[in-house]
Amino acid sequence: MISGRTLAQGAGCESKMSPEFFKAAAVCHLSEKDFKSLELSEGKNVLLKNEFGQVVLTAKADAGLPDSMVFIPMGPWANVIVGKETGGCGTPHFKGLEVEVAATNSPVLNIRELFSGMGVSGYV
Amino acid sequence: MIKDAVCSFCGCLCDDINVEVEGGMVKRVRHACRLGSSKIMGHGRIESPMIRKEGKLAAASFQEAYDRAAQILLAAAKPLLYGWASTSCEAAKKGILLAEEVGGVLDSTATVCHGPSVIGIEEKGLPGATLGQVKNRADTIVFWGCNPAEAHPRHSLRYSSNSCGRFTPQGREGRKIIVVDVRETRTAKNADKFVRIAPGSDYEVISALRMLVAGKGDVVPEDVGGVSKADLADIAATLKAARFGAVFFGLGITHSRGRYKNIDNALSLVAELNSHTKFVIMPMRGHYNVGGIGQVLAWSSGYPMSVDFTRGGPYFNPGETAACDLLARRDVDAALIIAADAVSNFPRATAEALADIPVIQIDPYENPTTQLSEVVIPCAVVGVEAEGTAYRMDGLALRLRKLVDSILPSDEEILVGILESVHKQRLLRANEEA
Amino acid sequence: MIVKGGIVYDPANGLYGEEMDLFIDQGRMVEQAKGEEIDARGLLVMPGGVDAHSHIAGKKVNTGRIMRPDDARQGTEPRTAVCRPSTGYTVPNCYAMGYRYARMGYTTAFEAATPILEARHTHEELEEIPIIDKGALTLFGSNWQVMECVRDKDLSKLAAYVAWGLRAARGYGVKIVNPGGGEAWGFGANVKGINDPVPNFDVTPAEIIMGLAQANEMLNLPHSIHLHFNNVGKPGNYTTALETLDLLKDIKPSRMRQIVHVAHMQFSAYGGTSWRDFESKAPVIADYFNCHNHATMDMGQLLFGSATTMTADAPLEYGNARLTHNKWSNHDIELEESSGVVPMVYFRKMLVNAVQWAVGLELALLVKDPWKVLMTTDHPNGSPFVNYPEVVTLLMSKSKRDAEMATLHEQVPKRTVLGGIERELDWTDIAIMTRAAPARILGLEDKGHLGPGADGDVSIYNLRPEEVDTSQDHALVKKALANAKYTIKGGVLVSKEGRILAAPPGRTFWVDAAVPQADTDRLMIDLEEKFAKYYSIQIANYAVQDAYLPHAKVIRAGLPVPLQEVA
Repeated sequence: MISGRTLAQGAGCESKMSPEFFKAAAVCHLSEKDFKSLELSEGKNVLLKNEFGQVVLTAKADAGLPDSMVFIPMGPWANVIVGKETGGCGTPHFKGLEVEVAATNSPVLNIRELFSGMGVSGYV
Repeated sequence: MIKDAVCSFCGCLCDDINVEVEGGMVKRVRHACRLGSSKIMGHGRIESPMIRKEGKLAAASFQEAYDRAAQILLAAAKPLLYGWASTSCEAAKKGILLAEEVGGVLDSTATVCHGPSVIGIEEKGLPGATLGQVKNRADTIVFWGCNPAEAHPRHSLRYSSNSCGRFTPQGREGRKIIVVDVRETRTAKNADKFVRIAPGSDYEVISALRMLVAGKGDVVPEDVGGVSKADLADIAATLKAARFGAVFFGLGITHSRGRYKNIDNALSLVAELNSHTKFVIMPMRGHYNVGGIGQVLAWSSGYPMSVDFTRGGPYFNPGETAACDLLARRDVDAALIIAADAVSNFPRATAEALADIPVIQIDPYENPTTQLSEVVIPCAVVGVEAEGTAYRMDGLALRLRKLVDSILPSDEEILVGILESVHKQRLLRANEEA
Repeated sequence: MIVKGGIVYDPANGLYGEEMDLFIDQGRMVEQAKGEEIDARGLLVMPGGVDAHSHIAGKKVNTGRIMRPDDARQGTEPRTAVCRPSTGYTVPNCYAMGYRYARMGYTTAFEAATPILEARHTHEELEEIPIIDKGALTLFGSNWQVMECVRDKDLSKLAAYVAWGLRAARGYGVKIVNPGGGEAWGFGANVKGINDPVPNFDVTPAEIIMGLAQANEMLNLPHSIHLHFNNVGKPGNYTTALETLDLLKDIKPSRMRQIVHVAHMQFSAYGGTSWRDFESKAPVIADYFNCHNHATMDMGQLLFGSATTMTADAPLEYGNARLTHNKWSNHDIELEESSGVVPMVYFRKMLVNAVQWAVGLELALLVKDPWKVLMTTDHPNGSPFVNYPEVVTLLMSKSKRDAEMATLHEQVPKRTVLGGIERELDWTDIAIMTRAAPARILGLEDKGHLGPGADGDVSIYNLRPEEVDTSQDHALVKKALANAKYTIKGGVLVSKEGRILAAPPGRTFWVDAAVPQADTDRLMIDLEEKFAKYYSIQIANYAVQDAYLPHAKVIRAGLPVPLQEVA
């Protein structure tokens, strides 16, 4: 798994609570071959899982990606499956993480749902 | 019509933006990219300061918010003051003063972006140039692990592959563009050569290029990081044949296996290329003033990020004093998050530590950090509603303009408000004790 | 304020160690005043120190800090009720710069090299340096507009550009570094001598230097051109120095001062054909200065230990990096300059370093007139400025020099003449070389002396000039100079025995020179084209805004007629 900037994610990154940001960042890009082999279609979701956590994202085929690699726009969804270890340099490994990918019928959590288990509840 | 405004979105700091203002509102933005115009046009804002009461954020006055923020910072043994990449240097100066006053740790978003680049520079130095130098001279440009087509949309036209200058009148036609990445990005599509490397193999590929450039190709294996030796030899030859070469690198290399060692190696490659021709290298800084907080911190404290002021004298040790490490170790007991969304941008397990400590947020926009903040203070947007200084990705300082008025105070004014409240409460406490 | 009973050295006013009272009112020296009394009875009193060449602010200084966290750790001092925290040794943070100068009795320091494009950054740092007054010299030596005016022999347009550039940079004077070399370095090359043409520009370094010197005098600027020669730091470069100096000897100065100030002469007084037969040519250089009156110099003294080399002479820094295998930063500035930064350690037992150490001292001792030689270390290139007391004591004590010489590489006596120099400077010489001369050379009328109207900057040292034997008691002298008993800046007692008592902001001097509007109009056509085609920013965002100089002190200069200011 690698995470990084996209134009749409960038345009929305200062309006994180908006539906546009959700559409731009709660996405998982897969190579065309992987997309097919998981029997995905437009609008279908995938479940990504590793030792750090799991997250459901909307699947998207991406001709620029090699097989066995997924790309997620940087942000809160991608960070669910990023570990906290920095290897002594202050920066976590945001890229190059092992992750299991499977098709799923579970829904993608919106940004409020994503953080609902965390911190002080009763947000106004 | 305001001419030549400076865009405060990314590290390009495009300064040719024309903005039409009518009735105190931005009506139209010309020359900016989608990222910049979306910011300048403006969108959903936090309208009032808020303080959490009985679990819920409730509207409060600015003074109440400053007092509560000061109270939190004074009560903390080791507060973290984090963010600073999307605000002015003037705000950064007040923030550093505040960190000194309350004995905290000040860190910037560089820590999750180009922090490894900073460490690499500490190891090797940075052979660089201003962007105009690249525009006027570069005939060979390498984009390594960066995707300006999406992250810095006007970079290629204003400064790099597609720009024209004194010794580069043909623009894109006269240049060789090499893109090195693990995926074929939009930037790769504009390249003469796209080199796809295996994830996490940057260090090996750079090492192979260093050997080839030094004429020690015999030690290079047939395949390095998924790239054939012949291909690598071809790239090395292109680099050496450049009249003026430039390497731009991004998070693809700082976030991957090797992190700061990748940068160290890339800096060495560029230093060595200068024995053959002219070469410069530059990190593609993301947020518009992430460079500025590094500059201000360096001249104020001696260190460009992750500075611990809890001991009186500044102390710096990334891996120990960086925001992510402090939170992962649960080593801070309060946080002021300004101009950044730590909750979204940190690894989930790191961000969770913020839920257990009081958080003060200063930001124009609501985001997941707002959700767990104790105090929320909305501010004017620097570069749109407030003046200030920012440093471009090449270290050039520019003055951001104020385009429209805002009823909200600037980050700088908010920090002064908190500082004054810190002084006031300290005096009060001293008097009580006396 | 009254400074009572000091032994006053104020050579600009003909006072060479006279017991007298000094009076300060509203920040200035006056004939009579009341108020706080400072007891200076029997103690050495001088005007506040003035450093005319030091790298204290701007991009390359901060680059030094960023690439040297190891250096920052060496100077950590915690925050106090008065002071912000300090860090660093060769590249101190801004606060440490102000405090450390003030502790030594210095009240003024000038940043030696700022490109116009990056002047905003320089002023951000200057403003952050507390206590001392400041200014920044502006780089013109590899600037496209300069080279084109010189090529076209359009002196009035060149003068208009210098005035415009100083105004845009809020700069104080014309700095020239390795003229033409910064442009050549844009493609990785350099110029080899003053008659070697600059690639693509059809001018020579000699022409650039001459053009800027003439423009400087046309504009009647307070300071002369401030020149870092070509070939600095190379064996055999004394010939370049002599050739360059000789170029300038017939230019008429517009003020009572030199035509050229030579930066860090030590780095340009070398003989030999390589590092193998490297030797001092200080005696030849000193002779030239003794026989001519159009040039002044600062020493650029090198001391053993840690330094950080930083200069707009980028090819020199690349050479340093290759030579030492140390880390290397380079920064080229579009249309204007290049620069580089390399950490360095100088060793007693390394012959080249030991000869360099001797060269600086030879220059200061062999030039007869102290008004021609400033005591500097080209901070932090030769050594950080906190080591000035070491340099002063070396100049004042033959026995100290001999003791030092005994610890150096054994070849030093063969490659230098230092061992044979008996001269020991006295307090008048030192007061000139660290106060009166730098102020006069910079054209700062209210600095470097204690006459009525001068700035109320006074340093008082815990030394009794009538008793102390500077030749023998050099350890005592060094200790006293490191921490002045009192430093008074603008009438405020800022430092006492090394303790900072107050940290008021200092002022920043810049020069606003008037030129005929017609010349500026012609110039603007060129500049607008350059911004449209070549610069990466708009002309509207180029000049330093006044917001960056809240404590500006503007010095007016320029052509006498017609009196019209630069737009």
